[in-house]
Amino acid sequence: MTLPMPDPAAATAGEPGTALVPRRDRILRRLLKDPTAVVCLSILALIALACAAAPLLTSHDPHTSNLADALAPPSGSHPLGGDGVGRDVLSRLLYGGRTSLLGTALATAIAVVIGVPTGLVAGYFRGWFDGLAGWVANLVMSIPAIILLLVVLGTVGQSTYLAMAVFGVLMAPGVFRLVRGSVNAVREELYVDAARVSGLSDARIIRRHVLPVVQAPVIIQAAQLFGIGILIQSGLEFLGLGSTAEASWGSMLNDAFGNIYTKEQLLLWPGLAIALTVAASGLLANALTDVLVGGSAARPKRRRGVATATAVGSGVAGTTGGAGAAGGAGAAGVAKTAGSSGSSGSSGSSGSSRSTEGAEGAGGAGAARAARTVEAAVSTGAEGTARTVGAVGTTRATGSAGVAGTAGTAGSEGPATGADAPAGDTGETADTGEAADTGEAADTGEDESARPRFREDAAQGEGQPQPPLTPAADAPALPPALAPAPADAPAPAPHSGAPVGDELLVVRDLRVSYGSTAVVDGVSLAVRRGEVLGLVGESGSGKSQTAFAVLGLLPPEAQVTVGALSFGGTELSASGAEAGHGILGRRIAYVPQEPMSNLDPSFRIGTQLVEPMRRHLGLSRAEARKKALALLDRVGIADPARVYAAYPHQVSGGMAQRVLIAVAVSCDPDLLIADEPTTALDVTVQAEVLDLMRSLQKERDMGMVLVTHDFGVVADICDRVAVMQTGRIVESAPAADLFADPRHPYTRMLLASTLEDSEPRGPLTAPAVSEGVDA
Amino acid sequence: MSTVAPAERAPARETGPLLSVDQLVVTYPGKGRGRPPVQVLKRVSIDVHPGETLGLVGESGSGKTTLGRAILGLAPVTGGSIGFGGRDISAIGRKERRALSDDIQVVFQDPYTSLNPALTVGDILTEPLLVTGTSGADANRRVRDLLDQVRLPADAGGRLPREFSGGQRQRIAIARALTRSPKIIVCDEPVSALDLSNQARILDLFIEIQERTRVAYLFITHDLSVVRHISHRVAVMYRGEIVETGDAATVTSTPEHPYTRRLLLAAPVPDPARQAERRAARQEFASRQQAAMLSGALTDDTNS
Repeated sequence: MTLPMPDPAAATAGEPGTALVPRRDRILRRLLKDPTAVVCLSILALIALACAAAPLLTSHDPHTSNLADALAPPSGSHPLGGDGVGRDVLSRLLYGGRTSLLGTALATAIAVVIGVPTGLVAGYFRGWFDGLAGWVANLVMSIPAIILLLVVLGTVGQSTYLAMAVFGVLMAPGVFRLVRGSVNAVREELYVDAARVSGLSDARIIRRHVLPVVQAPVIIQAAQLFGIGILIQSGLEFLGLGSTAEASWGSMLNDAFGNIYTKEQLLLWPGLAIALTVAASGLLANALTDVLVGGSAARPKRRRGVATATAVGSGVAGTTGGAGAAGGAGAAGVAKTAGSSGSSGSSGSSGSSRSTEGAEGAGGAGAARAARTVEAAVSTGAEGTARTVGAVGTTRATGSAGVAGTAGTAGSEGPATGADAPAGDTGETADTGEAADTGEAADTGEDESARPRFREDAAQGEGQPQPPLTPAADAPALPPALAPAPADAPAPAPHSGAPVGDELLVVRDLRVSYGSTAVVDGVSLAVRRGEVLGLVGESGSGKSQTAFAVLGLLPPEAQVTVGALSFGGTELSASGAEAGHGILGRRIAYVPQEPMSNLDPSFRIGTQLVEPMRRHLGLSRAEARKKALALLDRVGIADPARVYAAYPHQVSGGMAQRVLIAVAVSCDPDLLIADEPTTALDVTVQAEVLDLMRSLQKERDMGMVLVTHDFGVVADICDRVAVMQTGRIVESAPAADLFADPRHPYTRMLLASTLEDSEPRGPLTAPAVSEGVDA
Repeated sequence: MSTVAPAERAPARETGPLLSVDQLVVTYPGKGRGRPPVQVLKRVSIDVHPGETLGLVGESGSGKTTLGRAILGLAPVTGGSIGFGGRDISAIGRKERRALSDDIQVVFQDPYTSLNPALTVGDILTEPLLVTGTSGADANRRVRDLLDQVRLPADAGGRLPREFSGGQRQRIAIARALTRSPKIIVCDEPVSALDLSNQARILDLFIEIQERTRVAYLFITHDLSVVRHISHRVAVMYRGEIVETGDAATVTSTPEHPYTRRLLLAAPVPDPARQAERRAARQEFASRQQAAMLSGALTDDTNS
């Protein structure tokens, strides 16, 4: 698909040189740029350092009690005073910190040392070990930790370190599950298969390809375990279960609790130390999530699933990372991490980022999500459809919650579509969202249509500085009355022969850019009623961006200007077929490339068909259902009732595309915009879907814009063709003329690249020996 | 194996097949308890000779990718045999399988996930060499040579996969497959994710490499025109079985099996007039098939 391919690297990696710097360095450097991380690291380092340097900071022994100093107020020799039995509080705080920190570090280390290797082996090799380890992990997780600790301490004797070691063992299953989940995801990656075929040993594959992916979630979880460990350890000591021979923060609390009526300040110091350490490690875990999961550690999406990133695919990478982080982690704290990774993770993720390459630079995770949600809403025609603006607004609000909620549970495609649900759900309330947004963008009135809402949003985004827009410079440069002709188009006037006034959709001088990269550069086109316009080009030519701009589905970072955009005689703003006009989903419908990722997996197909009709046509539930069944029948589905009641995963890709076509035509649109509607389908299914689209188009006299890269598809269905190259239409002609007499060199090159008529290669040398073909 | 110079090219059929798949069955256990196992390949037999391209055509779910993966040792073989150089490799251990990586290599469909995003191109390309104990300097030399063979700039080695376009990434994947000078490369839809113009260029690169090195390809694709362009012979797969084999020209222009015919008629031609004819022929064929199906003669997967 055509999204801003131009410079994917620049947006994410910065200068190419960074590629050579080892990843660890980059992570550390990025971590040090995060103020939260720096503060947390400093606090933890300071506490650790103070505890380590205890003998230098205090001359008192933590265990020597001097009854004269019992409950002594702070003084020169006892800066923090004395405790209930006359021990120096400062020295107990420092020496006690040693016990607490070391004990917790021990627990964390044990959890990691047990959890990581077992998780790696179980996830990578599976088989009996996986079964056994999973069984043991479940068993251990079902044991109430505190009770077990009490039992162990009761039988073996009171030792802080033993208690923490046992606690570490109890926490190991959480790490195990996390690692196993991450490994499971990565072992399906093609590059692991490729490594296997390359003859790498399993150990080497694990070290080179699997471990780096596991590393990020494990570091994050370790930081969180550390915080939890401090709390548990202090709790045990507070209950008097630790070793009495050693000072610790928990035992200080115990002592302070005994004297709470006489000297409540004693609670302050250990309490403060515990709170600071726990908060710092928790926040550090969050900062680490941002750096590790939001960055290069995010796994690429398998494109076969979410495939050629429609905007739908785009937000997924970030949440995938989140899902990795949360993957099967039972520990309570981890869900929180997934949330934060979801909300900040999208930027810089490599795999499915193609559609948001522009967006990434601007660091707009919310933006990517918003775009995705809106698109899904449009494609299903859900409530949100009519309210693009509102949907964007509400998605911002609900987005991170939605992602956090689904990241842990859903599979690879789950996060994206799952997160869409809130948008659909909040469709009703979207009105308020819209009100807010339009209020914000109030200065962009109808008359100033060239200055879209996008800019507002882009300006709000925290990312890169946006170069000032120059709509004022662009728009007047083209006298509105003149026939649109891109400066460098050598083709005959694009709309030759189009009777004036018959046009359904007119786009003049459309420009879309991300930062300084223009992806659509002065495109003008017109579609008449009953006409099929093919928009052809290679990836990166801007064909899909053009379609999305008309649909108003571009991410907020996109800077859009348009000389004129009208639909059925109504002028639209540059933000495309904006919801307020009641046009999108009603008069302009959309058929996406990826049928599967454009159906919400959590709703039945019937629901997704009925919703837009109820909304736009005001049908009753029964009427809508009747019409939906008729539509399913019309699009060639053999058993409409069954498909109506089915969930999207229960139907095939071809069937799903038929359903989406049914959704698209359900509200009797005048214009259908189809973005590579058959690219994901098998060739025989493609032929049938094209037949269906052709017959629907004829029957309803719809206009249609078909975005495709396949000249065969163009020849099959299009009346007129516009060929796009690097954001411009280089040639536009009736289909028959274009194929018979391509004018522009680029068109000729493309037509020459089609293999359809190429000579067969012929047999190797001798005629083929008859092969063992089997029935 | 070392690179064979063009001069040494031997007549094709002297040595017998390089790869010989015989009655291969691959069965996956059913998903969930109580579900019956799924037989993905049903007694499939194909041969590939040295220096030959066998095109394997079929639609999604036909089992063509599974056949490739079985040959690579990535899918469980439950019956039949895979002979390579005269020995059965369908049930060999991990260690022997690793040794086979000298001879059997792969180029996957998706250039976006088949390259580890965290490794530089240089790391990706030296990986298969370093496991064999090649020195770092030799490996780097080989990488420069490979990058040149696939027409990538020499400085590509220091960059990350994401800095390259789809076509370029596929070149990297091809270079990786070539590092150990294999005898056969399983190409699993290697051009399906590419733009038209890139597709043609990558196919020509495949052909050129084959003519130079006499490597054999098992070229898996769903696209008859691609298969016609690159294959010496073609095998058509349908629902886990090979339904037709023959030389590329015959199978892709005058196929015998109804499924192959349907496949051919469904592929749109970039010419409105001829496409209209083909469409009419397809619709007519489909209705005839429908009629035949009604009389119980054929199975059909309309609506799938």
